[in-house]
Amino acid sequence: MPIDVEFYIFLKLILKYNSLNFLLIRSGIMMQQKLHVTLLTGRTIEQGVGKEYGKSSPEYYEACSMVYMDADDMKKMGVKNGTHVLVTTPNGSVVLRAVKYPRSAIPGLIYIPYGPWANAIVSDATTSIGTPSFKGTPAEVEPAPDKPVLSMQALLKKEFGR
Amino acid sequence: MTEMLIKNSFVFDPLNGINGEKMDIAIKDGKIIESVNDRSAKIIDATGLTVMPGAVDIHTHIAGGEVNTGRMIRPEDHIKDVVRKTALTRSGTGYSIPSTFVTGYRYSKMGYTTVMNPSMAPLGAKHTHEELNDIPLLDKASYPLLGDWWFVLEYLQKGDLDGCARHVAWMMETTKGYAIKIVNPGGLESWGFGRNVHSIDDPVPNFGITPREIICGLAKVNKMLNLPHSIHLHTNNLGIPGNYVTTLETMKALESVATEGKPVCHITHLQFSSFAGDNWGNMRSAAEEISKYINAHNHMTFDMGQIIFTDTTTMTADGPFEYTLYQLSGHKWVNSDVETETSGGIIPMRYKRKSAVNATQWSIGLELALLVKDPWKMFMTTDHPNAGPFFKYPKIIAWLTSRKARMATLKKCHKKAQRKSLLPSINRELSLYELAIVTRAGQAKALGLKDKGHLGVGADADVAIYNINPEKLDIAQKYKTARRAFGNAAYTIKDGIVVVKDGEVVQHVDGKTMWLDVEASEELKVDEDMKRKFKQYWTVEYENYPVFDHYVKISDPITVKASV
Amino acid sequence: MINAVTCPICGCLCDDIEVTVVNNEVVKIKNGCAVCEAKYLGYKSAHRIKQPLIRKDGKLVPVSMDEAIHKAGEILADANYPILYGWSSTNCEAQRVGVELAEEVGGVLDNTAVVCHGPSLLGTQEVGIPTSTLGQIRHRADVIIYWGCDPWSAHPRHLERYTSFTEGRFEDSEWKAYLNKVKASAGRKKLLSAQRRKEPKKQHATAAESVVFNKPPETLQKEGRKLIVVDVRKSMSAEMADYFIQVQPNKDYELMQAMRALVRDEELDVDQVAGVPVKYLREVVDVLVNCNFGVIFFGMGLTHSAGKFRNIEVAITLTRDLNMRTKFLIMPMRGHFNVSGANIVFAWQSGYPFGVDFSLGYPRYNPGETTSMDILLRGESDAALVIASDPGATFPKRAIQSLVKHPLIVIDPHMNATAMLGDVVFPSAFVGIEEEGTAYRMDNVPLPLKKVVEPPKGVLSDEAILKRILKEVRLIKSQKTNQKTEAA
Repeated sequence: MPIDVEFYIFLKLILKYNSLNFLLIRSGIMMQQKLHVTLLTGRTIEQGVGKEYGKSSPEYYEACSMVYMDADDMKKMGVKNGTHVLVTTPNGSVVLRAVKYPRSAIPGLIYIPYGPWANAIVSDATTSIGTPSFKGTPAEVEPAPDKPVLSMQALLKKEFGR
Repeated sequence: MTEMLIKNSFVFDPLNGINGEKMDIAIKDGKIIESVNDRSAKIIDATGLTVMPGAVDIHTHIAGGEVNTGRMIRPEDHIKDVVRKTALTRSGTGYSIPSTFVTGYRYSKMGYTTVMNPSMAPLGAKHTHEELNDIPLLDKASYPLLGDWWFVLEYLQKGDLDGCARHVAWMMETTKGYAIKIVNPGGLESWGFGRNVHSIDDPVPNFGITPREIICGLAKVNKMLNLPHSIHLHTNNLGIPGNYVTTLETMKALESVATEGKPVCHITHLQFSSFAGDNWGNMRSAAEEISKYINAHNHMTFDMGQIIFTDTTTMTADGPFEYTLYQLSGHKWVNSDVETETSGGIIPMRYKRKSAVNATQWSIGLELALLVKDPWKMFMTTDHPNAGPFFKYPKIIAWLTSRKARMATLKKCHKKAQRKSLLPSINRELSLYELAIVTRAGQAKALGLKDKGHLGVGADADVAIYNINPEKLDIAQKYKTARRAFGNAAYTIKDGIVVVKDGEVVQHVDGKTMWLDVEASEELKVDEDMKRKFKQYWTVEYENYPVFDHYVKISDPITVKASV
Repeated sequence: MINAVTCPICGCLCDDIEVTVVNNEVVKIKNGCAVCEAKYLGYKSAHRIKQPLIRKDGKLVPVSMDEAIHKAGEILADANYPILYGWSSTNCEAQRVGVELAEEVGGVLDNTAVVCHGPSLLGTQEVGIPTSTLGQIRHRADVIIYWGCDPWSAHPRHLERYTSFTEGRFEDSEWKAYLNKVKASAGRKKLLSAQRRKEPKKQHATAAESVVFNKPPETLQKEGRKLIVVDVRKSMSAEMADYFIQVQPNKDYELMQAMRALVRDEELDVDQVAGVPVKYLREVVDVLVNCNFGVIFFGMGLTHSAGKFRNIEVAITLTRDLNMRTKFLIMPMRGHFNVSGANIVFAWQSGYPFGVDFSLGYPRYNPGETTSMDILLRGESDAALVIASDPGATFPKRAIQSLVKHPLIVIDPHMNATAMLGDVVFPSAFVGIEEEGTAYRMDNVPLPLKKVVEPPKGVLSDEAILKRILKEVRLIKSQKTNQKTEAA
């Protein structure tokens, strides 16, 4: 009986996260290339300035299609400043430019400026009060040096068909 | 060329001495005139009905930042009282803090045509006027809060009455206000650092001036500016057991400023300032002491602030007092201090018959109204919504005009309050004539509104017609019928247009906003002084502070020639 | 040159901007922050919508104003449960028409608070809020706390206009002290890098600690205004603070409850709360209860993380408790320049600040049921009008997918993300630059917005467009009623 229960739980976990990598990491087979982090989204001054130039402007693109990460976390993942990474949550995934967070260590945290890239993966759980969970939800990050960061038009086309 | 004739009604027009005579009222182009052509005028057959001037409310919180914050934080107040959209009227909600459209409709349904919003923080004056614009069917005005304004405190402390008067005149025009409002003078500036004043001789920290000096100073300024209304005062120590002593001291202090004929101060919601005793356990009514003073002096007017037993919301500029209410009740509490000018607070409040204190408060309001002999001194209000929502006024009318009604309510109150109440020994019942004084004529007169509150030739054609036949209905006995009649006017006429019929809105009009255009005899040099100090005092630019003309939908400036 | 211009971007609503206009173009800005300059100098970008557009065969094509108005009117008149969303970047005059339109079509009226400070409004509906206008802070505050917000990034002039770096009647500016601190730290950095160059192999202390952990709050033992920042990461604002508390993500609630206990002189049985050592926390609370006048400004750090409106509730309750010991106030850092105005206008006309549902003929309010986000996530709406906002860039993916399933009307000056997804798109004038009106600051003070240049030809104001749509809706509805009575 106990063995069946364990297998059942294991199976549930696989189905829930739907990721072979996750299975391999849990069994400790693969090198830890994928990082489990807490996702924060929010304002930056560059995002504020960029939006005034227009949401389709290059300034806005530069400001918002990136993710701040902890310097040590980036080393662990083998990712340098400017490398593309794939950020995944139960809501979706998006490719972003990784940037070292300049002011302090933020181990286990990533920060994506407000914008369509952040919202491709952010949690929409409103907990019955109308406001999504823009900060503090779980995410995974892995290197994706060969994947492109989409322009806003391409992102909108991919997500919404327009 | 709209002419109207109201025929054959019982007219009560105290300012013109008319007491229930059967008369016709003639209207043309929004004004009362001598007579009209029977054949071309619109005829309203008011046989067997009572006609009074449109009612006037001298003190009701209906517009502005504080009122609106109250609306925002009390969804539970609105859900129980919804108002549907109709072809003619907008939707909205009540209960104790109705939305703006609903405020207009409900006042008009009771025969009200003029309302005064008594608390306007000057920095938020634009907000107040924007909301007043959205209150239909009524003429309105607003009083800027000046009792703790830094300029007033500084100029009065220096003894410079002239300078103070010129700054007050500037502020009245800048905010498009109607009267000088003073709330817990000195207390609001003290509350800036969490303190309060406890007597009229308590000095205000950092300013070296006392409440006595503020009150008398502004009363003198009011005279110098020849403003139509006197200063409008919410006393120090409001709501504290034993505060009647402060109220008496305040009234005595103003004797030195008193002049012949015109009152120099109006104390509002007097009920809250008439407590004897020294704690909530032995708190009792001081209506006897207060009314004795009022009966012997003629330099002041008052309004009741009558309690209604219901769930309502308190909101005043008296920040420290609202904090005290929070400490007593633990209810959700809003505090809203305004830089350089004033403060404010909001707390929901339920007045219960079974609370000895609330029931005593209820009794105090009525005792004051009935013990003060001269109805031209004491007006009917609830300080809406503080002591109760305004659309409960018909209940107060019943209590004032029917001993039976009063006793019926008193019997349901806490036994302790019943024992302490003076009402069992009071037999007086206001007549319809006296009722017309305390709900319209007296209020208009105290406000200095020459064309309101009466039906003489030249008055604004604001008329209320009620389903009351004085020859057939004894309102003292049949108070429930009277209540219904006063709650649902047969006709409300605004500027000569029928806006309400049988308690329903039948026509939309906007109503005008009245304000004072004060002309000083000397060139107002205040502008330069203000410009220099502005950045130091406020966080907005001098240029952006005033209420520009376009903020007032229909503007009715009243020119005032100041003696300064 | 035009003085006393009110900047139409964030809740600071700075009204001291000087704008120089030459040939109907803004050429220079004085006093504004970086975002203000970007707006006034960059609003005429290539991304401006030049004329009304309708999506035909999958592409947005230019049409006449009449055609677009008629299409928009049809969409709203036909809809059963439309959402009218946005409102935060336009003037109160337009917002008023919005309420009338929502009431006329029986739709849901909601503004951007739903993704921003909606939880703050809910918090105040629970416990009220002890607050004031910003000038009170400027004149009196000697302890200023920014909790879960980063004014340097989102409200750049906040400190210099309203808090630490401004002169008040009773408190001085801390700007000089801050400059000295920066000079000293720059000096230290230079020294350390010189040392490192001399002895590269040796382990040196780093000027900016690689790991920030909470330190004893000695920096709070100073004269003058004290600035405290609480955040999960060291933001730019935290760099400027006299003391920075790094709280663990999603643990603000616990931290504030612990502080409440300390304010009430109660003992805590633990050593640390939310990553903060209790012994330091005790000293911080000591500073709070002994100050003359304290204030907490808070932002998305509290509204967006776990607990949402409960975080606000406890922050307000903490402030309320502090009033037992001293004067303490709290204020939300409202984002858009007229988001407060929208809540204010909605409240005075309907009774409710946001999420107002008119489908039954009277205003209804039930967050979670009548808020636009939830309606979209449940797929209940059948049309939408979006104005003065960009949900295409700020809403989670699934909500946007629901939005584009049904006819979408967009009113905006720029071709923003939502406009790119729209079915009927109207270009509008920039409020505060090309259109005047009223806006409400984050502390609910009303200020006038100026018109400094003319809008491009053919571009109307939000208010004008809405009024035309409302008229069209009424016309279409009365035609329908006439057809019905004729048929009967």
